[in-house]
Amino acid sequence: MLGRTAGQIFWMHRYLERSEYNARLVDAGFRIALTRTDAAAEEWASLVATSGVRDQYLERYDTFDGANVINFLIRDTSNPSSVISMVKSARENARHVRASLTREVWEAVNNCWMTLQKLLARPIREAELPGVLDVIRKQSAQGRGALHGTMLRNDIFDFARLGTFLERADNTARILDVKYYVLLPSASFVGSSLDNVQWETILRSVSAMRSYRWLHRGNATPLGIADFLIMDGRLPRSLAFCYEKIVDNLGYLAKDYGERHPCHELAADIRRQFHEETIETLFDAGLHEFLVRFLRENAALGAQIEKDYRFHE
Amino acid sequence: MSGDDRPFDEMLGAGDAVRDPYRPYNDWFQGEDIRRLRKKARESEAYFRSTGITFNVYGNNEATERLIPFDIVPRIISGREWWRLVKGIEQRVRAINAFLYDIYHRQEILRAGRIPVELIANNAAFVPQMMGVDPPGGIYTHIVGVDLVRTGEDQFYVLEDNTRTPSGVSYMLEDRETMLQMFPELFTRNAVRPVSDYPLELHRSLSSCAPPRAGDNPVVAILTPGLYNSAYYEHSFLADQMGAELVEGSDLRLVDGRIAMRTTRGYTPVDVLYRRIDDDFLDPLTFRPDSLLGVPGVMDVYRAGGITLANAPGAGIADDKAVYSYMPEIVQFYTGERAILQNVPTWRCGEPESLKYVLDHLAELVVKEVHGSGGYGMLVGPAATRRTLKEFAERLRRHPGNYIAQPTLSLSTVPILGRAGLESRHVDLRPFVQVSPDRIHVTPGGLTRVALKKGSLVVNSSQGGGTKDTWVLDD
Repeated sequence: MLGRTAGQIFWMHRYLERSEYNARLVDAGFRIALTRTDAAAEEWASLVATSGVRDQYLERYDTFDGANVINFLIRDTSNPSSVISMVKSARENARHVRASLTREVWEAVNNCWMTLQKLLARPIREAELPGVLDVIRKQSAQGRGALHGTMLRNDIFDFARLGTFLERADNTARILDVKYYVLLPSASFVGSSLDNVQWETILRSVSAMRSYRWLHRGNATPLGIADFLIMDGRLPRSLAFCYEKIVDNLGYLAKDYGERHPCHELAADIRRQFHEETIETLFDAGLHEFLVRFLRENAALGAQIEKDYRFHE
Repeated sequence: MSGDDRPFDEMLGAGDAVRDPYRPYNDWFQGEDIRRLRKKARESEAYFRSTGITFNVYGNNEATERLIPFDIVPRIISGREWWRLVKGIEQRVRAINAFLYDIYHRQEILRAGRIPVELIANNAAFVPQMMGVDPPGGIYTHIVGVDLVRTGEDQFYVLEDNTRTPSGVSYMLEDRETMLQMFPELFTRNAVRPVSDYPLELHRSLSSCAPPRAGDNPVVAILTPGLYNSAYYEHSFLADQMGAELVEGSDLRLVDGRIAMRTTRGYTPVDVLYRRIDDDFLDPLTFRPDSLLGVPGVMDVYRAGGITLANAPGAGIADDKAVYSYMPEIVQFYTGERAILQNVPTWRCGEPESLKYVLDHLAELVVKEVHGSGGYGMLVGPAATRRTLKEFAERLRRHPGNYIAQPTLSLSTVPILGRAGLESRHVDLRPFVQVSPDRIHVTPGGLTRVALKKGSLVVNSSQGGGTKDTWVLDD
């Protein structure tokens, strides 16, 4: 397949993953605004930071007010990471690589764009938000279903998955990094319960509220949450899970092409720490330092994949 | 429309009895509820949108995607009618390839004085860099779209020979696909010849024109100017259906004397490039130096026989409107036969007597710019205001050589589904022809363009035209 095509498929899936993530951030923020009005502004501010668009936001608005944040993260076309911008870019990439997608995948992405374009033509009123988020969730699920149900398991699929998991790992690490201060060891560290608002935001943003409750019976400790999101290979948005998948998909490519590249070593190195470290050793060495390093390594792996598989000239 | 002559209606003919090819369709239609059909028509639009069968239009700032309206009433051609058209098209396309070979080699036709030397020498569509070049397989026009119009039971005229990069074939295929999905019952009542093997036939036909070194499985790629080109959908559709790579200029480069595409596993040579970009943009080293769409060095590789370009650069000289007017002579010269398909009588305004005639009869004629396309820069005399006629006459006097004129043909009509039922609209027909060293293949069907506005003769999609599924019956 063409290097450019591989790159466009890879990025198409990064865009889709990020659009979903942004929708979940808004969902988390909205829940908190409804239940804890005093903490709302601070939460909205941290969500904008998590989405990586704080500067762009502050160019437009002075305060982190719910309605503005919601519209900025979901439907503002001047925000390159908004849901609508991401879906538009994903759909444009899909048009580029149509011949590499099944009809079902193309139609899912195209219909997602057509639906959201219509739905988000006007500012979102508070009362409509749950409905809007629901549509976004369903549209994303359709795209994912089409991908899994209809695509051949070949190099095209591998590049799609690599895009998804690199972006997902980036997003999970980002929310942890923005919130790491609430997870920091403090005087009442061991066994202390976290402020509900904080852990709810974290867990909702990776859609892991229920699974965490199943596993921990509602006992939210900093260590428990960090362990879940970083080390637990069962959680589909944990860093460990993403890296199992990344290493797998790179492995399929190596097998298919009969050729290994520097990106394979890089990915294996990153994954190794999830096997060799424990959440305790990570905390001891510094959670923030770990997350900053991880984000850097994850980005470097993305760049290495682009190079090794000739996405660009 | 001039006078009271009613145009030939392909469903009703001259009288009011339904013509044979339309009978089974008409029987079915009479039993249908118009409201159900109108609902179906609306559904077809949703289908086109979701499939993304759109063309790009450039407005003031952002490119928008539009649909070409699709009409659900098929245009039906009998097997007998089709057989005659095919004979005529094959003859014409054979002559065009022989003409192109000759023009870029010994130019016998000029030596014989059958067409004037200036016609070629001063023509922007003539590409001197092609002199003496032998395209692989000897084919210049691998894909041709011959535009035909009909004026009566047996009267067909060629309006244009599109020998550069004719588009619209995706509509031929998607219109059929849509009809099969919406009205499967029609295809059990009518023996409609299939068009769906076009992409595979095209792959086969292009592969058979590959350079000798390509081996048994030549690599075929489609070169597109990119996402923002108005025909992008068609490029990606064809790549998908043919199993060919869809490449852009930036994916290709010269590697070890061949043109290769950048893949995830390194550079792979391309044997046949079906290019959907104009000659001018093909190679910045040979043609426009500012082109970013093409591939530097592709012409050198081509001249050395290292790649097939479809269609060959310079093939456009054969569909130049001034050259068109000599097509009967060209067919005669190279095939030794009279042309089966008629040309529309054409006045070359560069000739003083013709100019005088054209100026005297401007209100009855259609005047076209020699290098224009897409219905722009064109005058439809009978539909023009007095003022427009006057302005056009001025332009004609100033640059007579830039124009040709033709009588306003009374284009045949085919019904469309209107508000109250069937309404007649003017149509044309573009069958698609594939040329390979061993055969000329005309797909039984084509693109029927229909002027949706009542009485209008302009079928171009950019000016209110739509499309219809075109049936060729197996009779």
